[in-house]
Amino acid sequence: MFRRDGEHCVARFAADEVKVLRKVANEVVGLLTDGFDRDDPVVGRLFPDVYPDDAAESSQFRQYTEGDLKTAKIDQAGAMLAVLPGDAGGEVRLDPESAEAWLRALNDARLAMGIRLDIEDGTDLEDELDEAVLRDPTSSRVFQLSVYAYLGYLQESLLNAMLD
Amino acid sequence: MAAPQVAPVETPDVEEVPDVDRPWVTVVWNDPVNLMSYVTWVFQKLFGYSKEKAEKLMLDVHHKGKAIVSSGAREKMEHDASRLHAYGLWATVDQP
Repeated sequence: MFRRDGEHCVARFAADEVKVLRKVANEVVGLLTDGFDRDDPVVGRLFPDVYPDDAAESSQFRQYTEGDLKTAKIDQAGAMLAVLPGDAGGEVRLDPESAEAWLRALNDARLAMGIRLDIEDGTDLEDELDEAVLRDPTSSRVFQLSVYAYLGYLQESLLNAMLD
Repeated sequence: MAAPQVAPVETPDVEEVPDVDRPWVTVVWNDPVNLMSYVTWVFQKLFGYSKEKAEKLMLDVHHKGKAIVSSGAREKMEHDASRLHAYGLWATVDQP
């Protein structure tokens, strides 16, 4: 988890954490590049219709803004990948600019996972995780829910460190 | 001499404000993923709102399902919405 050190936000990541962070950042990049599919609900959430009742106006708006928005999101995830330590784990030191990029990249990753996991208002993550473990402790849902919870803690700790 | 032509005076319906004059708004909708602290931070960062005002807006979004976060010209609202999208907030533009 992140802490403040001067103007930097600093965290130490274990090997498995680095692996997870690299995976989720790469998934976001994949979703925004080769895998870009407007009908994917995740893409719908990351690029919302600005006029929900007017498809034509929304699509016109999208024409002007989608490229920049996509580039910004790819850059954010890239900023995360760029400073992740090697497979053995290690320390990450973020200056204010990269701290913000990380914060936004973590948010995009959580938004994407939240859609895939059917996270709803009032979803209790611990209950969800308990249920999933009871059903099958080796399932991918158990892993994905744990990652989602971890990213939430990490994002909150980064924001706290930035505001510290 | 012909009397000056005077166009019949139209009495505008007081209820009806011309479309161009009605302000547009940017609306942020509740979603189950974004952290409350993060949403507050985004409102402060993008709109320069005080922590108090940003927190109140965040709580409106959370409890009422949505909140108007800015109002003004349509182009400005579209700009605000796209900045909010860059931060992962679910924003739309409307002319209520």
